[in-house]
Amino acid sequence: MNSVIFLTIVLLALSSYFFGRKKAILIQSNKRLTALPKFYGYYLAIWCGAPAFLLYALWSIFEPSIVRFFILSDYSSQGLLEGELNLFYEKVKSLSRNQYSGELTAELQRSAEKYLNFRDIAKWSKVVIVLSLLIASTGYAYTKISNNTKTREPVEIFLKGVFFLSSLAAILTTIGIIFSLLFQTIEFFQVIPLFDFVFGMHWYPAKAFVRDASEALDPSMYSDTFGAVPIFAGTFFIALIAMCVAIPIGLLSGIYMAEYASKRLRQYAKPVIEILAGIPTVVYGFFAALTVGPFLKDLGLSLGLEVSAESALAAGGVMGIMIIPFISSLSDDVITSVPQNLRDGSYAMGATKSETIKRVIFPAALPGIVGSILLGVSRAIGETMIVVMASGLAANLTLNPLESTSTITAQIVVILIGDQQFGDPKTQAAFALGLSLFIVTLVLNIVALSVVKKYREKYE
Amino acid sequence: MNKEERLIKRYKAEKRFQFYGKAAIFMALLFLVVFLTKIFSTGYTAFQKTWLVIPVNYNADLLYLDPDKKPTTEDINDADFYEFGIETFITLDPDASEDQIMELKKMFAFTFERELKYYLLDNPDSFGKTVDVKLTASDDLDQVFKGNYPRDIPENRRRASDYQLKIFDKLNEDGRVISEFNASFFTNADSREAELAGIASSFMGSLFSILVCLSIAFPVALLAAVYLEEFAPKNRFTDFIEVNINNLAAVPSIVFGLLGLGVLLAVFGLPRSTPLVGGITLSLMTLPTIIIAARASLKAVPPSIREAALAMGASRMQTTMHHTVPLALPGTLSGTIIGLAQALGETAPLILIGMVAFVNTIPGTPMDPAASLPVQIYIWAESAERGFVEKVSACIMVLLFFLIFMNLGAQLIRHKFEKKWN
Repeated sequence: MNSVIFLTIVLLALSSYFFGRKKAILIQSNKRLTALPKFYGYYLAIWCGAPAFLLYALWSIFEPSIVRFFILSDYSSQGLLEGELNLFYEKVKSLSRNQYSGELTAELQRSAEKYLNFRDIAKWSKVVIVLSLLIASTGYAYTKISNNTKTREPVEIFLKGVFFLSSLAAILTTIGIIFSLLFQTIEFFQVIPLFDFVFGMHWYPAKAFVRDASEALDPSMYSDTFGAVPIFAGTFFIALIAMCVAIPIGLLSGIYMAEYASKRLRQYAKPVIEILAGIPTVVYGFFAALTVGPFLKDLGLSLGLEVSAESALAAGGVMGIMIIPFISSLSDDVITSVPQNLRDGSYAMGATKSETIKRVIFPAALPGIVGSILLGVSRAIGETMIVVMASGLAANLTLNPLESTSTITAQIVVILIGDQQFGDPKTQAAFALGLSLFIVTLVLNIVALSVVKKYREKYE
Repeated sequence: MNKEERLIKRYKAEKRFQFYGKAAIFMALLFLVVFLTKIFSTGYTAFQKTWLVIPVNYNADLLYLDPDKKPTTEDINDADFYEFGIETFITLDPDASEDQIMELKKMFAFTFERELKYYLLDNPDSFGKTVDVKLTASDDLDQVFKGNYPRDIPENRRRASDYQLKIFDKLNEDGRVISEFNASFFTNADSREAELAGIASSFMGSLFSILVCLSIAFPVALLAAVYLEEFAPKNRFTDFIEVNINNLAAVPSIVFGLLGLGVLLAVFGLPRSTPLVGGITLSLMTLPTIIIAARASLKAVPPSIREAALAMGASRMQTTMHHTVPLALPGTLSGTIIGLAQALGETAPLILIGMVAFVNTIPGTPMDPAASLPVQIYIWAESAERGFVEKVSACIMVLLFFLIFMNLGAQLIRHKFEKKWN
């Protein structure tokens, strides 16, 4: 039914375009047109399609909850819990589809009949109302174009409005992220005190087993379960290992590319290094787990060291390789944009090339380089698959790179993989971790972008 | 220290510094080479499949069919090929004990019933005769044959027993073990058995997700970029939108997964594990990438084009739609392809919205549960069976192929269609 209405609207709008254009050509025979004939067509098509489609969309979004309200209003006086009402409503729905297999009660039967009834009324009234709106608005637009009013301006204003709405998509996404994270996190902190989460030393979300929805929450059950310190420490530790690999290699190759490399080397080596950034992270994860982890373990054995097969070193090291191109490209750009006269001045004083780089160019480019490193750190903190596959999933509080640790992202995946139960502290904990990840990366990005921007302005 | 010595020292420092730079580039390239070699050397064997060719007697008695009458398709479909298969396997070693018969059976993929049946359906003339039939080898023997599996470790730590290896070697000597191109890797859905698992289901999942992502992200991003570049007034709100887009581009992908879970699944009640939800989540993620690329190419269109159109009496909207946007389209398209390539390799958000489910059917619409290629890599990498290691590498090779293909396409569009304004 829905797709039939949708198609009808689209078809009517399309045909009214041709109708409007034809009308314009008719008008043209005795009057001067106010715009090109196709604008008459667009005008009629927009008035035909847009209001009807808007109403149709809103109706489809709100219909289920209104029907639900009417069905459940019969039972609102019985003092039932939210969960029980939900369960009852699901039963009614499945009964109306003839898929119900549980115990039949008179109440259920009555409600199911009422439900079907309501759905029928809603369906037909939707068809009638949407179509009558369509006819009314098209008629209005038709009288307008018959009177030869302006059509180009309204059409362009409408299009501009659509453009503006599209540009709001980014804001809506941000609001959606904040809303979904914050909403769950607030519920989480009603059960687990904020202090326990931020300063607690033990993280065992598996202890918080899934409980029955009707059972009351017992906060003491979760004490000492959701202490995020080991997770935060693990995240920064692995990011630190990654940066120990990425900064020297990335920075040195960026400097070499910018200052020494011949045009040919730049032309070939730069895109090849950037391939490293294009490889999906799950592939790095597989490489770290299959090759690097066992390799480090064997190496450790031959040196008499105890190395976990899922060591922080393997995950962090491979993550570092992934970040090399981010740092090398950005620092390359930053160094290239240092003005030539700084170099010339240094050479004129008799400095060698490396001395110029170390004493003049590097300090001048430092803010930009710091910005690129901060962007790299934010990448490392937000990276998920490498850690999930190559590092451990148990949250150890350790500073030994040969042991396994876990990160924010890995814990989110561990908690949310498989079936989730909303309203469970364990699920909410993942959202709380997500919020802290969002805030940390947001701050890093804002700082990094403003540093880079300020630096650019300085030399432009 | 005199002047000369100091100069020599400084020149040495110069040489050293250059060496560090070269070493860093060399290291980065070395990582790439090691990485690709490792993936290719473990993965290429997955494109070959091992078959065992064994003599099968399509005897009417063994199939409980009427020997005098040619069986119809229904007769064959109703016949019991399990017992028949066991009887056939016994002919490989007539002295086999009960346990050894089970081991013989385990030398073949569990699809042997179907394979025996389909052979007879395709070749009805072989009824009542003994013919050579090609059966899929189990993944343990497949790995042994490809040399990925050591034979010299003690039997109790090995998946293939001494007895199986003995029979296998005998078959091999008779030239009855053959290796052919593994077409089922591309046509089968996922399976718990490594020898039967394929990427068709995850490929379709990826394809649907990318199509959904493209059909949402491209129009919205293009229109948003046009608004911001051509129409937006310079005010605080426009700045706010810009800051938002830049920050969104740097939000970790897993946060988008949480958004998909918390809003698309929990609030809007869209179906879990489907490419529809995956595609919408990915489109929100690629949106900023495409907007940034589209704005850059709109900015690159010289103002003289706009001024010329305006001078000819075109409205702002006509100037934009007829002149600026078409000129900016190649750059936008290549940015879109690069954004889609990123989305294609994305794993974490899809895991959170449940696209990690085991799917052994090939999805037909974006509303069917599916995995995607990167998620398939993750699922297989987590399974313990030896046969999956080469499958993972092969799946990575397929994924990398598509990524390279897309990036080359983006380059091509950029070089071929983009105008250089000088």
